[in-house]
Amino acid sequence: MSKLLVEERQIVIPGMELAEGMDYLPGEDVFRDGDKLISTKIGIASLSGRVVKVVPLAGNYLPNREDVIIGKVVSVGLSGWRVDIGWAFEANLNLKDASSDFIERGADLSKYFDTGDYVLSQITNVAGSKIVDLTMKGPGLKKLSPGRIIKVSSPKVPRIIGKQGSMISLIKEYTNCKILVGQNGLVWLSGENVNDELLAVNAIKKVEDESHIQGLTDKIKEFLEKSKSGK
Amino acid sequence: MANDKRPSGRKVDELRPMEAKVGVVKRANGSAMFKIGDTVAIAAVYGPRELYPAFLQSASQGVLRCEYNMMAFSGSGDRVRPGGNRRAKEISLVTEKALMPVLDLSAFPNTVVDVYIELIQTDAGTRCAGITAAAMALADAGIPMKDLISSVSVGKAGENLIVDLDYLEDSAKPGVDIPMAMSTRTGQITLLQMDGELTKEELKKALELGKKACMKIKEVQTKALLEKFNGGKK
Amino acid sequence: MSNILKEHILTVLKQNLRTDGRKFDEFRKVEVEYGISNSAEGSARVKIGDTEVIAGVKVEVGTPFPDNSDEGSIMVNVELRPFSSPDFVSGPPGTDAIELARVVDRAIREANALDFKKLCIKEGESVWMVLIDIYPINNCGNLFDASALCALAALQDAKFPKLDENNKIDYKQKTDKKIPLANQPLSCTVSKIGENLLVDLDEVEEKFIDARLTIGVLEDGTLCALQKGGDTALDVKDIEKMVDLAIKKTKELRKALK
Repeated sequence: MSKLLVEERQIVIPGMELAEGMDYLPGEDVFRDGDKLISTKIGIASLSGRVVKVVPLAGNYLPNREDVIIGKVVSVGLSGWRVDIGWAFEANLNLKDASSDFIERGADLSKYFDTGDYVLSQITNVAGSKIVDLTMKGPGLKKLSPGRIIKVSSPKVPRIIGKQGSMISLIKEYTNCKILVGQNGLVWLSGENVNDELLAVNAIKKVEDESHIQGLTDKIKEFLEKSKSGK
Repeated sequence: MANDKRPSGRKVDELRPMEAKVGVVKRANGSAMFKIGDTVAIAAVYGPRELYPAFLQSASQGVLRCEYNMMAFSGSGDRVRPGGNRRAKEISLVTEKALMPVLDLSAFPNTVVDVYIELIQTDAGTRCAGITAAAMALADAGIPMKDLISSVSVGKAGENLIVDLDYLEDSAKPGVDIPMAMSTRTGQITLLQMDGELTKEELKKALELGKKACMKIKEVQTKALLEKFNGGKK
Repeated sequence: MSNILKEHILTVLKQNLRTDGRKFDEFRKVEVEYGISNSAEGSARVKIGDTEVIAGVKVEVGTPFPDNSDEGSIMVNVELRPFSSPDFVSGPPGTDAIELARVVDRAIREANALDFKKLCIKEGESVWMVLIDIYPINNCGNLFDASALCALAALQDAKFPKLDENNKIDYKQKTDKKIPLANQPLSCTVSKIGENLLVDLDEVEEKFIDARLTIGVLEDGTLCALQKGGDTALDVKDIEKMVDLAIKKTKELRKALK
């Protein structure tokens, strides 16, 4: 007889038994040991049909194709740039993917992106751990203007963005800040003044800390309203 | 087993009071503190991240690297001179071996997961406390694991096998000191060392005693991890 | 080389604030906890914001130097262990750790914080050596001031262990005798970013300083140590302002101590 050993949305840790019996199937971050399904991460248990998976609450960023990320240019070469995306290896941005302008061979590439520039870029290819390719050609991809960069835990990014961007839009609305969220956990923001920016930072951190709690959008709205009126 | 008094006065299967907390080093990817009696260990995990030099990298999976260190003022007597010593190197190695069997690093080839263990104060059982803290820190860092490893020392006082030796019990002669670590879910042992003399039957009993103790430690580790998320309440 | 983070910091500074909302001369929350390691003869933990440092004092008995035959000694060591920051690497102390240790040491030594003569056990034969080891646990900037505060707190907490007839230390037995502090030096590091003078920088601000000056100050406002860092030069006017700021801030920092 198959049965679930945890409740939907229960917080589980590595080694915790989630289900027993062959009717259930292991999804992400779950493995089968005999007739038991076991979690490999700290996260939220989730059942989808017969698939038991864990939505992780922790973990470093792992690059995936099509992720839009925020990276920092760390070196300028002859045919491209190397970009730090918060992964164990630097990503490549090739000449041909850098711009819709035609860039001549031998041109001074630092005119386009210089060391220290931050960019909103998209991953086009991942091969093993070592090869990650980027492009700057795509809607919204660009070099970032002055602002602050904060780091959030990358598993929390979907929550920070929210369903169809609802959470991040809420925060932008209340704080008047421009905010860009990279899948790699880097967030760029720029506001009219420090207090607005800090409110945005605190709201984002709050989502990060409470990402496992339901009804979070309402809680954040309340937090933003209280903070604004408290002035 | 007769309940002779141990030097510490505890029952033979009684652990010292324990405390655990997760997320104690903010800049690390994961971290935890484990305190058992007067032994306090902190573990911090960084990774998966870049591994230098490149020849250490493995093309099939990430590499685990552990470093155990006693802070200079943490010893029970003299100051511990900083800089690696042979004991620390050995403990670093067995710690790594104790944790590896449950880790799944296949998703990040060519990288390293660094585990740093620091002892703030010591009263025996340091490598066990370090491993126990490291297991929580690895979970806190989101490194895929099949189980948490729990670790404890088993020994002998007079005729009795005892669990979780403190410094006095550890230094009593003749002594037996068996640091062990295990995955409590499967009952599999990942660390086993011994100093001293035991019969085959005693060893079997010692492992049983250690297993029960590890399960109590696992409860403390579980609670600490869940507490980070409000005890797992929805 | 471009730097949107530095530009942003400079823009915010024009609003007379810093990126975390603090004023230029404002420290983050300071917490001091005593006796955090019972293996040490004295110990303390200091938190400045999220920066956390612990320090422990151990003592040993040694032979004095021939020309200071009635004086004990002190040594300050800092280990920037990779456990406390992704920027630190394994291995022996590098220049950063050494500079940190020597700056903390200088303030304590030059302040005559310890009366070395009071560390004499038997003239010409045996003296106490006081060894302070400082370990950052989490680096979010301003390790200089956190380390100096922590070293002093650990010294305040320190008591001599028992000595037996052969001058051998029984570490398990502490006496009630505190290690005698003659002076209590504290440090305040003032940094310059653009034209602005700031105290207690976090780990992001620290990357963009033009210059810094760490100033050791005694309880009565006398200066006991100076260390300039950073690649840019300082005006004498800057230095005067920085010193005034340090005297003011160390007075406040003292309130966190016993």
